[in-house]
Amino acid sequence: MSSLVTRVKLKQIEQLVAKGKRLDGRGILDYRELKIEQGVIEKAEGSARVLLGKTEVLVGIKVETGTPFPDTPNEGVQTVNAELVPLASPSFEPGPPDENSIELARIVDRGIRESKAIDTAKLCIEPGKKVFVVFIDVYVLNHDGNLIDASALAAVAALLNTKMPNYEVEDGEVKIKSGYTPLPLKSHPITVTLGKINGSLIVDPWLEEEQVMDSRISMAINDEGNICAIQKGGSGYFAPQQILEAKNIAMEKATELRKKLGW
Amino acid sequence: MNEKPEKLIDKKGLRLDGRKADELRPLKLEVGVLANADGSAYIEHGKNKILAAVFGPKEMHPKHLSLPDRMVIRCRYHMAPFSVQERKSPAPSRREVELSKVIRESLEASLFVELYPRTGIDVFIEVLQADGGTRCASITAASLAIADAGIPMRDLVVACAAGKVDDTVVLDLFDVEDKLGAADVPVALMPNLNAVTLLQMDGILTPEEFEKAVSMAMEGCKQIYVMQKEALKTKYMAIKEEVEEE
Amino acid sequence: MPTFFEKKQVVTPGELLAEGDYLIGENTYMEENKIYASRIGLVDLDNKRVNVVALRAFYVPKMGDIVIGTVKEVGFNGWTVDIKAPYTALLRASDVLSRPFKPQNDELSQVLNGGDLIVAKIASYDRAHDPQLTVGEPGLGKITRGQIMQVTPTKIPRVIGRKGSMISMIKQETGCQIILGLNGVILVTGKSPEFEELAMAAIKKIEEESHTSGLTDRITQLLKEEKAKLEENKNE
Repeated sequence: MSSLVTRVKLKQIEQLVAKGKRLDGRGILDYRELKIEQGVIEKAEGSARVLLGKTEVLVGIKVETGTPFPDTPNEGVQTVNAELVPLASPSFEPGPPDENSIELARIVDRGIRESKAIDTAKLCIEPGKKVFVVFIDVYVLNHDGNLIDASALAAVAALLNTKMPNYEVEDGEVKIKSGYTPLPLKSHPITVTLGKINGSLIVDPWLEEEQVMDSRISMAINDEGNICAIQKGGSGYFAPQQILEAKNIAMEKATELRKKLGW
Repeated sequence: MNEKPEKLIDKKGLRLDGRKADELRPLKLEVGVLANADGSAYIEHGKNKILAAVFGPKEMHPKHLSLPDRMVIRCRYHMAPFSVQERKSPAPSRREVELSKVIRESLEASLFVELYPRTGIDVFIEVLQADGGTRCASITAASLAIADAGIPMRDLVVACAAGKVDDTVVLDLFDVEDKLGAADVPVALMPNLNAVTLLQMDGILTPEEFEKAVSMAMEGCKQIYVMQKEALKTKYMAIKEEVEEE
Repeated sequence: MPTFFEKKQVVTPGELLAEGDYLIGENTYMEENKIYASRIGLVDLDNKRVNVVALRAFYVPKMGDIVIGTVKEVGFNGWTVDIKAPYTALLRASDVLSRPFKPQNDELSQVLNGGDLIVAKIASYDRAHDPQLTVGEPGLGKITRGQIMQVTPTKIPRVIGRKGSMISMIKQETGCQIILGLNGVILVTGKSPEFEELAMAAIKKIEEESHTSGLTDRITQLLKEEKAKLEENKNE
């Protein structure tokens, strides 16, 4: 909503970016300060809270039992939902998920699903009948830009924190035993979002930059350095060279973050 | 229940539907097919059958949805219940909501939105039959419908996907390849401006494979663009030939 | 400094038309010193100006334009009028009634009601406001007789013809009064429905074949042939 930021400030941001600088002093390839806390919601099987600059996202994981999909009878189920909670921003209205929250959920879902982060084969309890369902709920608590990266990081951090209940199958019934097993993870995808302001690409756009940028591109990179999900958003366009430039930057930043987080 | 094919590409390099790696599925485009819409187009791409209609520019109802300094674009991508193997509920799915958004954004890039403040255009896409690559075919048809409505554009938007099956990067995946393949990369392009207005990817690709897929998809786009222009000209020039024969 | 087209070639949106020292005309735009088409149409060069005569476009109001519209709703102090444009036009009561307007006494629907056709002039229009109409000039006002037809607004100049030659010829041959709204709506009033329909058929043909040559001759021929048939039927 461009009414939130004055035209003068928008122009200022544009001019600074053209010179490789940003209003908060960052370089155009720098992330804001990142803080991750795990295990913040004890009643959830897994949880994590991410603070990326002032953007705050909380992800809670619930693991329950359910039936598998007919075309994957031996695999567990993963489902991602995102809530742009009204208290997170004056621009979020109460109500059912709108296109923005649905897009956010699906981007986070693709990064995790395509990288095969969750080892769904290990979530099978009774082939064709019972599997574990991993509910990943993304809760945006404060919107200050780049919800995608913050949510994706929080989701993986929460998965790393997730424990599945131990169980045994007795007479076709699943009985929960005591104790927990960590959720088996095969990959730790990292999503990097770049915004485009005229001809420049900036990493981790914050709220006011998001109002100046004409489009964004997000890329999820897995542990091996391969790309597992991409989403371009916004009503602007990219030149083919810019896409390749974005890919190179995303891979570099993912490697940096991976090292920093120890994933 | 269909059996899962073991290989998606055979020893001769032919895919399950007989195509080579860089071959497009057959395409048919027709402009101006719906009398009530301001602009419309119909596309058959492989087994995909998709109808696109455009209404506007006109004042928006309710009025508070309009913007004082530009035109608003609304887009609805919807699949008919009978369009897929297993009947799909007519209620909008989360996938349809996301696709409506990315399709809208891919078309918006081609429009001069500041020209008509306080108005809106509605783009309706109905997928009558789906066989992989519907979002790309939808964009190609919707862009023609916008041109058919006489709305000024920077360029036609054309879309095509590339992907990976059996370790080979291929062009224009159909449904089976999309489901069983390793990656899918849909791309929308304004060819004269060399501007990419939609780019998504799911699957796993090395950076080199990704680069190859994008460039292959763009080549596919350029081929379809030639057909798009022909379809548009055909509608408006049909009379010229008739007349000159007299 | 090249152009990339032949005279009267059909171009589609996004086609590169010229590069260098040229000016943008109708239905074109410039990016980085290159001129592109923005609508499908016929391209031509007028001195240094590149123009595209659109084969399909909608009407955008301009001050001073004569338009034909349909009254949509009767409001408190005027009417909303559909002029087949992206914006609804407004006609104030004060413009129609020649005396001061009293909301309680004056029943606006008696003067003009929903569904009535009017010929009006665009009195004012800007980006922030809907177009305002006026009927306070001779020849403007409510339409009581005749038939209405619609063509793509960009074809109106072709219907007029060079120095009005085409429209004068149609009027003469059919004996009809024809009012051309610049919004593409046309009013044809004649001695009989047959002559009105003949004029309308001629106009429709012009719209469909506007991009071809020899049109004037073909229209003249059509009118003469059909008129002869009508006269024959009358005599029987």
